[in-house]
Amino acid sequence: MAHAVLFEFLHAEMVAELGAGDTDPGPGGQKRSLSILEGIGFRVGRALGERLPRETLAFREELDALKFLCKDLWVAVFQKQMDGLCTNHQGTYVLQDNSFPLLIPMALGLQYLEEAPKFLAFTCGLLRGTLRTLGFESLVTSSMATLPACKFQVVIPKS
Amino acid sequence: MSRPAHRRPEYHKINKDLFVLTYGALVAQLCKDYEKDEDVNKYLDKMGYGIGTRLVEDFLARSCVGRCHSYSEITDIIAQVAFKMYLGITPSVTCNNSNRNEFSLILDKNPLVEFVEELPAGRSSLCYCNLLCGIIRGALEMVHLAADVTFLQDRLKGDSVTEIGITFLKKLDEKKYRRKK
Repeated sequence: MAHAVLFEFLHAEMVAELGAGDTDPGPGGQKRSLSILEGIGFRVGRALGERLPRETLAFREELDALKFLCKDLWVAVFQKQMDGLCTNHQGTYVLQDNSFPLLIPMALGLQYLEEAPKFLAFTCGLLRGTLRTLGFESLVTSSMATLPACKFQVVIPKS
Repeated sequence: MSRPAHRRPEYHKINKDLFVLTYGALVAQLCKDYEKDEDVNKYLDKMGYGIGTRLVEDFLARSCVGRCHSYSEITDIIAQVAFKMYLGITPSVTCNNSNRNEFSLILDKNPLVEFVEELPAGRSSLCYCNLLCGIIRGALEMVHLAADVTFLQDRLKGDSVTEIGITFLKKLDEKKYRRKK
């Protein structure tokens, strides 16, 4: 679907431009770049969350909300379901995507592995923003071993 | 039993909204980073240019358009094929000069501003959709056509329509050799 393509191109350009950290090439600049991308994703996640069907906003159980992210949100945004979901039943969830669409263009060269966090920052924010709309505060980080597979770790602190 | 997720119509809308919402968040971030509207406009154009240089390949692969023989044909394709394919709208095309190298795309509907009612305070010179100008310019350059692309009118600024002006800078047949003096 052409809309999805347009988003992927915009995302790649945002990573290239906003992720460049040109004002401060050191680790501080990198952190700021990732934080900006995550922040944009967060805003979008909240806005998307508000557009979801009414019945989804009534999740009481954390696990239901996470399953929703893995199935409904992932399908709506990336046209596929998350490939795996694990939890320790104590507020930590690991979401596994074996073929994350936003990483596929990069997957052709291992030398880009260190660039990969920039390609995941927006989506971490997206997950955090959607969870916020569903009523859950969270911390979302990402990791990857072999492109284009990656994992998103969601920690929902106990209140 | 619930319907399979990918068949629910609201998810198709979410997919369309994703680009528009991301774009809006991007513009908001750029407004935080740059005080002057001109700087935001330039940055949006630059990003659009980067997107356009790659989008054109995707477009050519999806649309299988043939060779064009005039700027008018090219502008029609931008309006009727490209805009339709990626944004779901078909701007109308007018030609603005007798040399037939200056055109306008009149956008009746603009999905990019679906969630924007007005420009932020103090941002009256912001060309909110400037990414589009950069995309068109970048795409054209990849097919060896130099063009100036700017917003001539903008509904968000109070104009009655939103109008993108495309001025092709070189003659298409400039490379033809003269056979005789």
